[in-house]
Amino acid sequence: MSEPAVKMNWFQTMRERYAHPGALSKIGVLGMNRRNVSYISRYNPRHLFPLVDDKLQTKELALEAGVKVPDLIGVISEQHAVKELSHILQRCSSGFCIKPAHGSGGKGIMVITRQSEEGYRKSNGQFATISDLERHVSNILAGLFSLGGRADVAIIEDLIHFDDCFSGFSYEGVPDTRIIVFRGFPVMAMMRLSTADSNGKANLHQGAVGVGLDIGDGHALRAVQFDKPILLHPDTGLNMMTLKVPHWEEVLTLAVSCYEMSGLGYLGTDIVLDRFKGPMLLELNARPGLTIQIANGKGLLPRLRQIESLSHKKRMSVADRVAYAREHFTDHR
Amino acid sequence: MASRTPFYILVSLLFLAGTALTLHRHIAFDIPWFPGEQRQTWSIEAKVDFEADGNPVTARLAIPNTQPGFTQLNQQTASPGYGLSFVERESGTYAEWSIREANGDQSLYYKVDMLVDPFAIPDEQTVIPSAKPNVEKEPYATAAQMILERAIERSSSNYTLARELIHEFNNQQQTAELLAQVKPKTAWISQLLQEAGVPARRIHALELEDGRRRQSLIEYIQVFDGEEYDIFNPETGEQGQAENMLLWQYHSGPVLEVIGATNAQVSYSMISQEQPFNIALNQKFADNEWLNFSLYTLPLEEQAIFKGILLIPVGVLIVVLMRILVGIKTSGTFMPVLIAMAFIQTSLLTGLIGFLLIVGVGLMIRSYLSYLNLLLVARISAVIIMVIGMIAIFSIIAYKFGLTEGMKITFFPMIILAWTIERMSILWEEEGAKQVMIQGGGSLLVAILAYMAMNLDWVRHLTFNFMGIQLILMALTLVAGSYTGYRLLELKRFKPLTKLDKS
Repeated sequence: MSEPAVKMNWFQTMRERYAHPGALSKIGVLGMNRRNVSYISRYNPRHLFPLVDDKLQTKELALEAGVKVPDLIGVISEQHAVKELSHILQRCSSGFCIKPAHGSGGKGIMVITRQSEEGYRKSNGQFATISDLERHVSNILAGLFSLGGRADVAIIEDLIHFDDCFSGFSYEGVPDTRIIVFRGFPVMAMMRLSTADSNGKANLHQGAVGVGLDIGDGHALRAVQFDKPILLHPDTGLNMMTLKVPHWEEVLTLAVSCYEMSGLGYLGTDIVLDRFKGPMLLELNARPGLTIQIANGKGLLPRLRQIESLSHKKRMSVADRVAYAREHFTDHR
Repeated sequence: MASRTPFYILVSLLFLAGTALTLHRHIAFDIPWFPGEQRQTWSIEAKVDFEADGNPVTARLAIPNTQPGFTQLNQQTASPGYGLSFVERESGTYAEWSIREANGDQSLYYKVDMLVDPFAIPDEQTVIPSAKPNVEKEPYATAAQMILERAIERSSSNYTLARELIHEFNNQQQTAELLAQVKPKTAWISQLLQEAGVPARRIHALELEDGRRRQSLIEYIQVFDGEEYDIFNPETGEQGQAENMLLWQYHSGPVLEVIGATNAQVSYSMISQEQPFNIALNQKFADNEWLNFSLYTLPLEEQAIFKGILLIPVGVLIVVLMRILVGIKTSGTFMPVLIAMAFIQTSLLTGLIGFLLIVGVGLMIRSYLSYLNLLLVARISAVIIMVIGMIAIFSIIAYKFGLTEGMKITFFPMIILAWTIERMSILWEEEGAKQVMIQGGGSLLVAILAYMAMNLDWVRHLTFNFMGIQLILMALTLVAGSYTGYRLLELKRFKPLTKLDKS
C-alpha cells in the first residue's frame, strides 16, 4: 500500500533537488562537458596553457603587452636561495605577498600586510617569523601547492592596496573580479568576496560570496553564498546590491586586452582594483569555472553563441569589443 | 567548426568491427554468451583382452581422432609392464603396446575423452579409398555380380547405389547367405561398390549411450561422392551419421591387431560428462595451434594474467561514465580502477577494511611528517616505506589472530596507496576534512562500482572470450568523450538557476 507513496515521495524529492536537463538548456546553462569539449579544447590551443598556468610567464607577457600587473619584488627558484628571502624582502617597504607560480585555486598564497619589529603581520592579524616564511617558500619550491606536485618557483610581489570602495564588502582577503573573455569579448563578470565562513579565501565553494556584475556598467545583479541568493553581506551586513565596481570601462579593457596577449579564446581573467594604480591583472585562467553562472543567475551559452555567430572578417578593436559587450550584455535595456 | 563525420564513422566502424568479431567468435567457435554453460564430453574406455603364452606380444588398437562432430581432448592408457607408443599409419592412428614376455589373461586399457563439438576441425583430411581389384571364385562372383547389376539398374547415384545394394542383400536372402560364407556382408558391399567405381569402405563406429559397458564396434559403410561422403547402415540401408555415432576406425584398416597372443578382443564402455565450456575449450585448444587468435592457446598462467588485463577497460569505462555522466570527483583519475583490481584479489569486505585501515593510519602518520617540513620526494618515499611497514604489521597481526583474510592486504598497490595518502593529506590541510570525505568517498564509490562490474562472471567471461568487446568498449569511451550534455550532479548544482527563472 505504502510503496507507491514512497515511490512518489522519492520522485518528488528528486524533482525538487535536480533540475530537468531541458530546463537548464532552455536557460542556456553551460555544463562542464560542453565547456571542455566545445569551448576549452576548441578555442584554447594546448601549447598556450603553460603561459597562463605559470604566473611568472603571465607576468612577463603582461609587462610586454603593457597590461598592468602587481610589481614583482623577487623570485626564488632554488632551495639554497631560500636563505636570501630576508634580503629580498628588504627591497619592499610595506606589504607583500608570496605565491607559487603554478598554484591553482588560490593555494599557497601568503599575504603579509606589514613588516615591523614584531615580525610579519599576516592578513588575519597573526604574526609570522622569517623562518615561517622560509618554510612556506621551501614548501612552494617542493611543489606542495602546484598541480601534480611538480617542483615550483616562489614569486614575491607587491601587496595590492585594494580600493576603499570595497571596504565592508569583503572580510579580510582581496576582492577580485572574474571576467570571462570569449574571443575577445567580455561575456560575464562576477566579483568574489571572502567571508568569515571562507576564512578569507575567495573560493565560492568554501563560503565566499559571489556577486554577479552587469557587463554594461559593473553594478551588482545578484549575490549568492553557498549557491543561495543573499541580500546582505553575512559578516558586515552591507547591502550587496549597492556594490558597483568603479573604473568599469578600464576593467573591461584590461580584461579584453588579455585575449590579444594570451591568444586564448575562452579565458578567465582575475582583476583587482588597486587604490593607486587602478585595475591590475592578478592571474589568467584557461579553464574558468562555471559558478559565475549561478552568481549571475544566467547561463553563459546564449552570450557565447551570440559571439560565435559574429562574422570573422570584421576585426574589431579592443574598444569596439568592449562597447559591443556593454551594449548587448546588460540588463539596462 | 571541424566536421564530426570522420569521428562518427570511426566510432561506428569500431562498433561494427567489434560486434562482427564478437558474433564471429560466437558462431564460428561456439563460444556461449554466458559463462557456466556446459559442454558434453564422452569418456570412452576400450579394453583389450587376450591370452598370452610367454611369447613377445605386440598389440595395436586403432584409436579415434578429432572428426566431424567430436573433438579429441585427451587420452590415457593403463597397461602395467607394457611399452606404449602412439603410431601414425596410413590406416589411421594406433596405440601400440609391446612386451617381451607375457603369460595368461592380459587386459590393456585405453581411455579417450571426446568433446561433442559441432565445430570440430578434423586433424587430417579424409583420404578417399582407392579401388583394389578383387578376383572372386565362382559361384560367388556371379552371385555378387547379379546383385550389383540389379542395384545399378535401380539406382541413379553413388548414394542410391549403396542403398539399393543393401536392399538387394536384404531381399535376396539366399544369395546373401551364399556370399556370407566367404566374407561378411559389409565387406561384400564395399567391394561391390568399389567394382562399380564408387569409392567406399567399411568403417567401425561406436554408438554412444551413457553408462553402457562391454559394447563392441558396429560396422558401417562409408560411401564417397566426390569429396563428400555419407555413412550407411548395412542392415537397414539407413543413410546418415547419427549424432551419437563416434567413428572409431575410418581409414580402411583393422581395429585390433595382436601378434603373439590368442583370443584377442576389444570391448568398450563409456560415460557422458558435462563439463564447463571453458575447461572443454582449454583442452580443445591445448595442443592445437591452427589459425585461431584465441587466448586459450596461451599457457594457463598467462591466461590468468590476461583475464585481469582485459578487465581493465571495463573499469576504465566505469570511471569515464562516472566522471562524465555523473560528475563524481575522484582523487587521481584512474586510482579507483587500481583499487578495484586490488578488491578483486582480496574480496570486497576485506579489501575495504584494509584500504580504510591503511589510508586512515597513513593519514595520521603523514600529519606528523608534515611537521618535519621535508622535501616532496623524500616525503613521498617516507610514506611508501611507511605503507610497506603497515602492510607487514597488519599481515602479521592478522596471521597471529588466525585471520588469514588479513594477509590479502599485500595485494594493494603500494605506490598508489602512498600517493593516495599524500594527496588526501594535502587536501585535508588545504580544503578541510569535508573535501577529503567527498573525494575519498567518491573514489571509493567508483572503485566499488568498478569492482562490481569487473567481478561479474558474465563480464569476465565476455571480455576474456570475445576480443571484439574491447573494440566496443573503445567505441563507447570515444562516444562518452564527446558527450556535451549536463552531468547528473550539475543538474543539482544549477537547480537555483531554474527557480530564478520562474519568479
